[in-house]
Amino acid sequence: MIDNVLSIRNLSISFQENLTTNTVLFDSNFDLQRGSTLSLVGESGSGKSITSLSIVSLLPLNAIIKGSIIFNKKELIGLNENELQKIRGNKISFIFQEPMTSLNPLHTIEKQIGESLTFHQKLFGKEKRNKVIELLNKVKVANPELRLKDYPHQLSGGQKQRVMIAMALANKPDLLIADEPTTSLDVTIEKEIIDLLMELKRTENMSIIFITHNLRIVRQISDTVCVMQNGKIIEKGSTKDIFQFPKTKYTQELLKASPKGFKDRISTDKTKILKLEELKVWFPIKRGFLRRIKGFIKAVNKISFELLRGETLGIVGESGSGKTSVALAILKLINSEGSIFFKNQNIRKYKKIDNLAFRKHAQIIFQDPYGSLSPKMTIEEIIGEGLDVHEKRNKQERFEMICDILVEVGLEKNMVSRYPHEFSGGQRQRIAIARALILKPTLLILDEPTSALDVSVQLQVVELLKSLQKKYSLTYIFISHDMALIRSVSDKIIVMKDGVVIEQNITKKLFSSPGSLYTRNLIHASGLK
Amino acid sequence: MFHSYLSKRRIQNFKSNKRAFWSLIIFCFLFFISIFSEFLANERPLIIKYKDSFYFPVFSFYSETTFGGDFKTEAIYKDIEVQCLIISGGKEECWDFPEKIIKETNNITQSSDKGWIIWAPIPYSYNTINDLDGAAPSSPDYQHWLGTDDTSRDVLARIVYGFRLSVFFAILVTLISSVIGITAGAIQGYFGGWIDLSFQRLIEVWGATPSLYIIIIVAAIWQMNFWLLVFLMSLFSWTALVGVVRAEFLRARNFEYVRAARALGVSNYKIMSRHILPNAMVATLTMLPFIVTGAIGSLAALDFIGYGLPASYPSLGELTLQAKNNLQAPWLGFSAFFTFAIMLSLLVFIFEGIRDAFDPRKIFK
Repeated sequence: MIDNVLSIRNLSISFQENLTTNTVLFDSNFDLQRGSTLSLVGESGSGKSITSLSIVSLLPLNAIIKGSIIFNKKELIGLNENELQKIRGNKISFIFQEPMTSLNPLHTIEKQIGESLTFHQKLFGKEKRNKVIELLNKVKVANPELRLKDYPHQLSGGQKQRVMIAMALANKPDLLIADEPTTSLDVTIEKEIIDLLMELKRTENMSIIFITHNLRIVRQISDTVCVMQNGKIIEKGSTKDIFQFPKTKYTQELLKASPKGFKDRISTDKTKILKLEELKVWFPIKRGFLRRIKGFIKAVNKISFELLRGETLGIVGESGSGKTSVALAILKLINSEGSIFFKNQNIRKYKKIDNLAFRKHAQIIFQDPYGSLSPKMTIEEIIGEGLDVHEKRNKQERFEMICDILVEVGLEKNMVSRYPHEFSGGQRQRIAIARALILKPTLLILDEPTSALDVSVQLQVVELLKSLQKKYSLTYIFISHDMALIRSVSDKIIVMKDGVVIEQNITKKLFSSPGSLYTRNLIHASGLK
Repeated sequence: MFHSYLSKRRIQNFKSNKRAFWSLIIFCFLFFISIFSEFLANERPLIIKYKDSFYFPVFSFYSETTFGGDFKTEAIYKDIEVQCLIISGGKEECWDFPEKIIKETNNITQSSDKGWIIWAPIPYSYNTINDLDGAAPSSPDYQHWLGTDDTSRDVLARIVYGFRLSVFFAILVTLISSVIGITAGAIQGYFGGWIDLSFQRLIEVWGATPSLYIIIIVAAIWQMNFWLLVFLMSLFSWTALVGVVRAEFLRARNFEYVRAARALGVSNYKIMSRHILPNAMVATLTMLPFIVTGAIGSLAALDFIGYGLPASYPSLGELTLQAKNNLQAPWLGFSAFFTFAIMLSLLVFIFEGIRDAFDPRKIFK
């Protein structure tokens, strides 16, 4: 007989605001067997998280839930708060995306893990402490006895997520809901966490609902997959079936969306666009009454490279490795030492007027398209802002240029008077590209331009960037943590770790014969070898 | 700015808060009326018809000789003789039997010489000293609806003018201190570093200065007036906003769209005003109610202890002081209490509604 831990039948969720009802989940059905893993896959806003939150009624007050959720043969919809409390954190546990914010910064690890032990199992004192140590051992935190009194800020991102998992496991849950648990982690740590979850699933005989947009992980861990789009489950089946014979067009697109292959070289003249010599970004650490400089945080330590017109340099590394500091230093947005030559001129010596001219030629596109556009300005104002600074045009000309550039990046002319919130992430990133491109720059720095976007949109944006590069022979510096993506766009690659260049080589050589263990690990963790 | 989705949502949210919405309407109505206090409470008539021509004493000066009197000074419209002159068209007999002449003239229905007077609904100004039968303060009656104070001035007229003065004072102080506070906070937060550090120390010293003593000292040197008091109050209330605005700017200067604007070469001033300021407005708006009600309260308190505006101003604080000194005349106390209670409650309700409307987590049904 099939033992279902969870069955969801005809589940619909809608939100009510100001007399309008906004339905976010339509008529969903799925079952989860004991000891198996179900993945919910879909882009942001497709209803994945809402579905998981509704299981334990953690939705905002204005949500209207219809349908049935049966957990361990018990209907969960309509239960009162007391009964839900017994299930939440006890039989059903959660792991959230952001380990930084899901742990309370003011409590020690012991206290946070112990809290639910006291609440659900009535454990106190020594017994509780032993249990906490046992749990920390289980999630493979080194030296758990010494970690008990640590506060969250003393742990790394991966360790925090391990602590979160320990908290989730505390009461031997039947169901673990993991909502994008590795999205904010680096690839090498991501792999460790996934391995840990798989092992725990086996030893504890848990069921897992795994919410993610990363298909590589899905393939690795799940037994069944539900593909979601716009609040509907459009396809479900065993992992093998979905990956081998995707039925819907959307799933096929998702599967295709991971970047492959290498970049074709663009042959252009050999003008040197950018040359860095021993660039350093050091932030001083000041202490004491006189604020004397006691030391430096070396965000970037001695990086040198040369870039020709039409080339792409990929900078790859985990978070905190100093990638973004390099970009900001090149644009003179933060202070740095060493020399930066832009078209054979040292920009350090630039006076105010040269500086303005330099700003026109070097542009940046940021990671988060939601954060990089002023929410209170129209698209016309956002794109036109650079023009107003550098090339005064009359109203008609200005408007035409803005329309042209919008079409160029794949948007429509009639969007000029709209506000950023009306656009999707991919469209916003196109607007950001338009804003940079309207000044006809020679150098474009792309700081993780696709990592905040959904997979299917990622590829479109990368394609757009590639075609623009070909058309205007632009020079790119492409910053990313995604090895597959970096491989597909760059001519040469710099691998960075803790502000230091680990390796620097032409793309093909770097991937065929990585010169350092770190690079090899990165390539391996990304599943490219 | 009002077209964006967010603003629409906020206006919608504000409207759905019935108490705040009606408070706003009532307050706007009261304030609008009080702007025209001169037409509402005035010892001079609004319009006079005298010998075929019209006169508007509210706006201009007319001497008694205009109406056939003897004095070159301004006509005292309250005097029965002057009224008689106007109505009868300047008859000499008015000096002896004014009541009789008025009666006679009124009995004649058809006469081109017949004049008339239209009074304001409250025919006293805030500084009109009335002739009373008894001793001042006199209790409410049909002539003086809220009674008179201890210098026999009409309380209702003083409240009408006092309300206007308080609100104007509060608005001016709020405007001036917002402009200074936002500018100072913006500069500190945006540039940070040494500018921020030294400004912060300056503000600490400034904030620790006892403003009351400064006002007392200044009042001892110069004759206090409305504008001087606005200046002094603004001088000490702008620091309230600096903190929040500075915090917003410190936060927002690292936003990606601000970085993007800097990468485009946009000037600091434009980045501050166009990109960051709209973010800081929400925080500023939540601080404003404290400044507005604080300004009204301080004005009243200063008037109460006698260091505020001179006695010639229609001050609500002074009314409160009179109430304290004349406990036998409870209408003074009640009038002052209800005026403050209604004015401040309305303001608090309005600002509460505004703050809630800006709160993204608040759900309105």
